[in-house]
Amino acid sequence: MIKMTSEMFLQHLANGISLGSLYALIAIGYTMVYGILRLINFAHGDIFMMATYFAFFGVFFGLPWYVSFPITIILTIILGMTVELAAYRSLRDAPKISIMISAIGASFLIENLAIVIFGGRPKAFPTEELFTKVVHIGNVSVQRLTFIIPVVTAILLIILLYLINKTKTGMAMRAVSKDHETARLMGVNIDRTISITFGIGSALAAIGGVMWGLKFPQIQPLMGVMPGLKCFIAAVIGGIGNTTGAVIGGFFLGVSEIMLVALLPGLTGYRDAFAFIILIMVLLFKPTGIMGEKISEKV
Amino acid sequence: MKKRDYYLTVISLILLVIFLYFADRYMDAYIVRILNLCAIYTVLGLSMNLINGFTGLFSLGHAGFMAIGAYTTAILTLSVNAKAQNFFLEPIAAPLANVVLPFFPSLLLAGILAALAGFLIGAPALRLKGDYLAIATLGFAEIIRVIFTNTQNITNGALGLKGIPAYTNLWWSYGIAAFTVLFMVLLINSSYGRAFKAIREDEIAAESMGINLFKHKVMSFTIGAFFAGIGGGLLGNLLGTIDPAMFKFTLTFNILLIIVLGGMGSISGTVISAFVVTISQEALRFLDQPMDLGFIVIPGVAGMRMVVFSILLMLVVLFYRHGLMGTNEFSWDRLINILSFKKPLLKGGKK
Repeated sequence: MIKMTSEMFLQHLANGISLGSLYALIAIGYTMVYGILRLINFAHGDIFMMATYFAFFGVFFGLPWYVSFPITIILTIILGMTVELAAYRSLRDAPKISIMISAIGASFLIENLAIVIFGGRPKAFPTEELFTKVVHIGNVSVQRLTFIIPVVTAILLIILLYLINKTKTGMAMRAVSKDHETARLMGVNIDRTISITFGIGSALAAIGGVMWGLKFPQIQPLMGVMPGLKCFIAAVIGGIGNTTGAVIGGFFLGVSEIMLVALLPGLTGYRDAFAFIILIMVLLFKPTGIMGEKISEKV
Repeated sequence: MKKRDYYLTVISLILLVIFLYFADRYMDAYIVRILNLCAIYTVLGLSMNLINGFTGLFSLGHAGFMAIGAYTTAILTLSVNAKAQNFFLEPIAAPLANVVLPFFPSLLLAGILAALAGFLIGAPALRLKGDYLAIATLGFAEIIRVIFTNTQNITNGALGLKGIPAYTNLWWSYGIAAFTVLFMVLLINSSYGRAFKAIREDEIAAESMGINLFKHKVMSFTIGAFFAGIGGGLLGNLLGTIDPAMFKFTLTFNILLIIVLGGMGSISGTVISAFVVTISQEALRFLDQPMDLGFIVIPGVAGMRMVVFSILLMLVVLFYRHGLMGTNEFSWDRLINILSFKKPLLKGGKK
C-alpha cells in the first residue's frame, strides 16, 4: 500500500470521474435496449468503436471537428438502427438463445468488417487543442476534457430523462418495456419505438466514442470489446433497465477501477478482471443492482 | 437396433479406423493436423452443446475451460529442460518444475481441473438466467485469461509456452472424440439427459415434475467443462505453443458457430458441423492471403475469413434456426432415404 497525497487523490478522482462518465454514456445504451427487448446488445460496444472511426475519417478528410462530430453521431444512429433491423427485428418471437447468438454474430461481423476495411493496426485519433489543453489547479494538472466529459454526460442525462419521462415517445418506450402486447393494443408502434431506442443508445455511444477518442487517442477495430463488456457490467451494477442506475454504475465502475490501479499498483495487470469480479458479486448478492426493480416471473 | 443398422455402423467404424491408419502413415503433416483439429473440435462442440444445446444454458465460458486444460497438460508434459528454457523471465514455481507426467494422466488431470473450475463458477453463476449467465461465464473466461497472463511463474505469462511435446496424434484425438460421442449418447439417453432436456424446454415445468434444477444444471456444466478441458489439452499438445491471447472470445465463437450450424441439441449434427467448419476454415484461408490471378494480384485482407463466418452464423440464426440437424439425430434410415431419392409415402398411401 502506498501513501497518497491529497493532490494525487484528487487527480485520480478526476480521472475516475471522467472515465466513469464515458462508461455511463455507453452503459445507457445497454440499459435502454435491455429494458425494452430483454436483450444484451452485444454489438453496442462495436457501434461505439465505429463511431470513433467515423469521427477519425471525418477529420482525416479535412472536416473541422464541429462538422465531423455531428456527422459521426448521425452515421452511428443509422448504424445502430440498421443493426436492429438486420439482426434483431426478424427474431422478435424467436427463442432467446437465437436472439443472443444473432447479437454475437452482429458484433463479430462489425468487428471483422472494421478490420477488413480499416486495417487491424491502431490509428491515431486527431486531438483538438481546445479539448486536450492541460489546466493546472493548484498542484493538480488535468486535461480540459476531464471536466468537459462529466458535464456533457450530465447534460445528456437530463435531456434523456426528460425525453423518457415527459414526451410521448418516452411514454411509448416505457410502455413497450413493460409489455409488448399491451403496448401494441394501445396503439404503440412497437418496431418504431424499438428503433428509436436503438437510435438514442447509438447517439450516446457516438458522443461517448468521440470523447473516448479524444481522451485515449489511439483507435483500433477491437477497442469496443472491453469497454462494451464493462459498460454492460456498469448497467447491471446500476440495475439494468434503469437509466439513472446505468449512470451511477458507470461512475462507480470508472472511479473504482482507477482507484484500484492507483492504490494497488501491483494489481494493474488484473484491471480488466476487476469489473467481472464486481459483476459476479453483484449478480450473486443483489441481482437487481442499485436502482433496478424486481421482475417476478409469470408462469 | 436393426441388424442392418448394426452392420452398417460396424462397417463404417472399421472403415474409419482403416482410414485413420493410412492417414497416420501416408498423409502429409498439414492434412493430419486438420484431421486432428476436426476431432478436437468435435470434442469441444459436443461439450458446449451439452451445456448450451441440451440443457439450454447459454454459457460463453468455453475458452476459459480450454485454457485451463491446455495449460495443465502443457505444464505437466513439458520436460524439465524445456521448462527451464521457457521460464527465463521468472523461474517456474518449485513443485511444477520437476513434475513430468505421461500424456493420458495429464489430459485426465486437465479435464478434472477444468471440471473443478466449472463446478466452482457454475455453483454461483447457474443461479442466473439467460443473458446474465452468458455475461458471467464470458467474464469468467476473461478472468482466467487475465490471471494466466499475470501468473508469470506458473503459466509464463504473456510469453506463453513453447515446445510442448506433440503427443496429440490421430489415435488420441479420434479415440477421445469417439469416447466423447459415446459418452454423450449414453448421457443424453439416460434419465439425467432427459432431465437436461426438460430443463431446456421449460424450467418451471421441469421443476414441478420433481427435477432438481440446480443439481442438473451444475452437473451438465461440470461435465461440459471436463470435456472442454480435455479438448483444450489435446489442442495445446497438437499446436505445440500456447499463450493466453489464444483463448479469447473468438475461440468460443468458433465453437458456438459449430453447434449453431449443426443444430443446438443434436450430437450427430455437432460432429458433422465440427468437420465442416474446421475444414472450411482451412479451405477459406485463401481469403486472408493475397490472390494471384495471373494478370492482377488482389491483396489479401486479414479478417475476411471471420467476416464470412460471422455472416454465416447470422444467416443460419436468422433464416435456418435449427441448423443442419435441429434436435434430430443421424439414422441410417434417413441417410438411405436421402441417398435413394425415394419420396416418402403419403399418409395412407400405398405403393
